[in-house]
Amino acid sequence: MSTVDGTAQPGQVARTAPGILSRLSLFSGEAGKGLTLLAPALLFMALLLVVPIVNTVLFSFWTQSYLDIDRTLTFANYKEAWTGEIYRALMIRSLVISGIVTLTTVLLAYPMAYFVAFHVTQRKALWLFLITIPFWSSYLLRVFAWKIVLGYQGVLNSGLISLGIISEPLEFLLYNPTAVVITLAHAWAPFAILPIFVSLQKIDRSLLEAAEDLGDTAFRRFVRITLPLSLPGVLGAILIVFIPTIGDYVTPKLVGGTDGLMIANMIQVQFLKANNWPLGAALAISAMLIVTTVAVTLVGLIKALGGRAR
Amino acid sequence: MTGGRRSLYLPNGLTAYAVAYLMVLYLPVVFIPLFSFNDAQTAAFPLVGFTTKWYAILSSIDAMHDALWNSLGVAVSTAVLSTVLGIFAARGLTRYRVPGHGGILGFIMLPLVLPEIMVAISLLVVLLQFGVKLSLVSVTLGHILLAMPFATAVLMSSFEGFDKSLEEASADLGETPMWTFLRVTLPIVAPGIVASLLITFTISLDEFIIAFFLSGTDPTLPVYIWSQLRFPARLPSTLALGSILLFASFLLLCAAELFRRRMAKRVGQADGGYL
Repeated sequence: MSTVDGTAQPGQVARTAPGILSRLSLFSGEAGKGLTLLAPALLFMALLLVVPIVNTVLFSFWTQSYLDIDRTLTFANYKEAWTGEIYRALMIRSLVISGIVTLTTVLLAYPMAYFVAFHVTQRKALWLFLITIPFWSSYLLRVFAWKIVLGYQGVLNSGLISLGIISEPLEFLLYNPTAVVITLAHAWAPFAILPIFVSLQKIDRSLLEAAEDLGDTAFRRFVRITLPLSLPGVLGAILIVFIPTIGDYVTPKLVGGTDGLMIANMIQVQFLKANNWPLGAALAISAMLIVTTVAVTLVGLIKALGGRAR
Repeated sequence: MTGGRRSLYLPNGLTAYAVAYLMVLYLPVVFIPLFSFNDAQTAAFPLVGFTTKWYAILSSIDAMHDALWNSLGVAVSTAVLSTVLGIFAARGLTRYRVPGHGGILGFIMLPLVLPEIMVAISLLVVLLQFGVKLSLVSVTLGHILLAMPFATAVLMSSFEGFDKSLEEASADLGETPMWTFLRVTLPIVAPGIVASLLITFTISLDEFIIAFFLSGTDPTLPVYIWSQLRFPARLPSTLALGSILLFASFLLLCAAELFRRRMAKRVGQADGGYL
């Protein structure tokens, strides 16, 4: 937006027609009009996201006995969440599963994103659309699909038996952490591709041509130009997969069995079955804190690596 | 491209990888419709025979019909309300120079990266604390929260390429800002609005976690499907219901994509608005 636009436009509107919108403005001027338009959305988010999350944070410092809530601030819930053996085991398992899922998803997504960014010339939008369709379909159904694929009497077992490759159904397919990893990695694949694709797409192709003219091999071009410049996208992909998967409830519940349950399943139990909201809140906040810490560390690490590579 | 002969083999291998990747992406989901037409109680090979009886059974389940109407009501309300909020927000962010632009945009996109269970339990606790009875209204409120980032993103790309001189012309001819917006701006961005409505409708229709925590005694379609997963005998009809939901989502999204592209073309985004 040019300075001429920015200064002339509001005055002009006000002079020709001081309409309803500008009279409703909380503040006068350009910024005020923008903020007025943003107000409904921001107010909605404040009421339905900020207030509830602050409330959950408060809850994690309270205690509850049956239906009575004691509002004395205490760290007791956090102590239990961090020292209780089962909570600690679930938290570590969630971190490990999420970590493996993130790593696999991003590693597998990179070549795909690279392909669409560099080798698809005609139908880029179609490829992107094909990649994103599964992400729009019901998450529950995608997890359910893996349940019928991996089940004891499921698609994979029966298929392999029909083909004569195995004679007995394989029991280790479903209800374990590996099934959770496979299902999550599959469900979150499109999320990883898009940010990597965007950062690859933005790379100035003349840089690559210059490097080639100066005698760099394809491999060196990739390591010294393409990879470092695509790191922001890789980072985005890591965060967009890692943060939500750690709180996943559906996948561990449907395909994880008892060995594959994650922290979100325990949070659900505390809120809906054990009726210990404060402990559930402390678990949820702890998971968020851990995931944020890990994410921030990762960002720092990758940025440092990216700096060195250049 | 000056790729030359050296990298000739790489693209071929990469193409094979990409095609395989897409197939793996779709394969598990394809089994749902495949086995919904199979004349057997379990989802297993070999296929026994073609049947539509599992779909016929669906039409006789009253609980499923209730869940369907619940879902449609929630989805329509979510689509309309999140799109209206999105129109205001997108307009505010693209048309005016707002202080803290990046921060506000990040805040609106926040529900995209928060683990859904965090959003769900936080809403649940607040609602119960204030004595709000769980209902389809509470589900709708949660769905608007999740859908608004998508609505805002789609609508922002519509407003961004908008030719401001059209509005200025309207103002110069004596139209009030209100009527300029209704008669000039809205018709031009209409395809973007339709795309936003379709996308947010689909998000709500498919959403499970929020609905699971906040729906009380009125299940939406995904919550109903969840409740059926425990019963092996109902697997085939659940597969049929799942297939219908998949197909509906697919159609809705293709329609949304068409409108989104029409919008992108209208505001002159050559790349189809992906970047």
